[in-house]
Amino acid sequence: MIDFHDVRLVDVSRHFGRRRAVSHVSLTAASGDIIGLLGPNGAGKSTIIGMFATLVAPTSGAVTYGGQPARVLGGELRASIGLLAHELYLYPELTARQNLAFFARLYGLQPSAAVGPALSAAGLADRADDEVASFSRGMRQRLALERALLHRPRLVLMDEPFTGLDDAATEVVRARLHALSADGAIVVLATHDLDLADGLVTRVAVVRSGRLVADEPAAPGLRARYRSMVGN
Amino acid sequence: MRPGFVAVALLVLKKDLAIEFKSREIVYTTLFFAVACVMIFSFAFVMEQGVPVEGAAAGILWIAVAFSGTLALGRTFERERYSETLRALLLAPASRPAVYAGKLLGMILMMTATEIVLTPLVAFFFHAPFFARPLLLAALLGLGTIGFASVGTLFAAMLVRTRTRDVLLPILLYPVTIPVIIAGVRGTAALLQSPPEEPVATLWIGLLTAFDVVFLTLALWTFEPLMTE
Repeated sequence: MIDFHDVRLVDVSRHFGRRRAVSHVSLTAASGDIIGLLGPNGAGKSTIIGMFATLVAPTSGAVTYGGQPARVLGGELRASIGLLAHELYLYPELTARQNLAFFARLYGLQPSAAVGPALSAAGLADRADDEVASFSRGMRQRLALERALLHRPRLVLMDEPFTGLDDAATEVVRARLHALSADGAIVVLATHDLDLADGLVTRVAVVRSGRLVADEPAAPGLRARYRSMVGN
Repeated sequence: MRPGFVAVALLVLKKDLAIEFKSREIVYTTLFFAVACVMIFSFAFVMEQGVPVEGAAAGILWIAVAFSGTLALGRTFERERYSETLRALLLAPASRPAVYAGKLLGMILMMTATEIVLTPLVAFFFHAPFFARPLLLAALLGLGTIGFASVGTLFAAMLVRTRTRDVLLPILLYPVTIPVIIAGVRGTAALLQSPPEEPVATLWIGLLTAFDVVFLTLALWTFEPLMTE
């Protein structure tokens, strides 16, 4: 696994045809940071997450991992990245155990060592052999989170990770993100749920219409600050 | 330790087979479609006395293979679109061409299963002596399947996030795979002659091998850049 202590977007833009999804964004995330990537729907948060994840190539600018661009680091870089996206990246026809075992093998992990703890962390040890199709959205979300963290990534990217979670599960995820940050992971969390971001994130990056309009340390009164920058 | 090319390809294949074993969706729909295709052709081309139109069998076999293969390609990647699991495969540190190879192996197995049912069916309805030279026929079908599936798997993966993928897949696939279909039809037709024209069939097998090498090389080479958004 390639190790790095910061990830930078350096003046990145991404155009889809004539639409500018992201325009001249520069952002640095360092080890221990939990960056709240905030913004209204369609602001460009998911595209930025995709660029951090190496899945979306910037039209211009560069993404660097410890100062090195992704093309230099090659495929091994992806072993250091964990992504929980809108879509859950799970096979509904397979059981929870089969899903985790498949991804564990893909990342070169021993399923016997990796799957059990991940199922316990997701609170799904008793449903391990049930098909994912039979799970509620919250259960799938918990399983998807563990799938994303299975290989202990250095860079943890989360796009709306609290979707479908009840209060107890939300608290578990918040505690998990704090623990990852304490372990030195770089966490980038895209959300428009300001109440959940408040008190969790260490820095706030606000995106509007593809542009970064704020990048500052998190402080109390996040909602009021956000409204002043983005409006309602 | 990170899995190598072959291990990743087999892992993806095993996963696809596990899903198919549970749902049996693709194998049933593809088989049903292929058999229906042959039945319709048999109604059209087999005369009242039970005598089929001469020389039709080879074309009908390959049309059924191509159409049912297209259906299977669409369904296989529809699974990867749901929940965006193709992105999860691309995000893994595994070799991306190996992911392609795994999907391709699954497609080849699926198409081979269909051909095992289709060939005797076409032979029966069209009185075609397909099994006079079984090894040559197997070589034609096997190489044709690899060529068709290698292009089809690449295009289906490329189109997986496109709204019009169901329409675009055949539009892109058939023109590019025409050399494979022509070689398959001509080679099979040569085997159906009395006596079978082995040298002609062998020539088409050679051409199919060349097509496969070109298509496979290009697909493995272009899969990674084409899959980056």
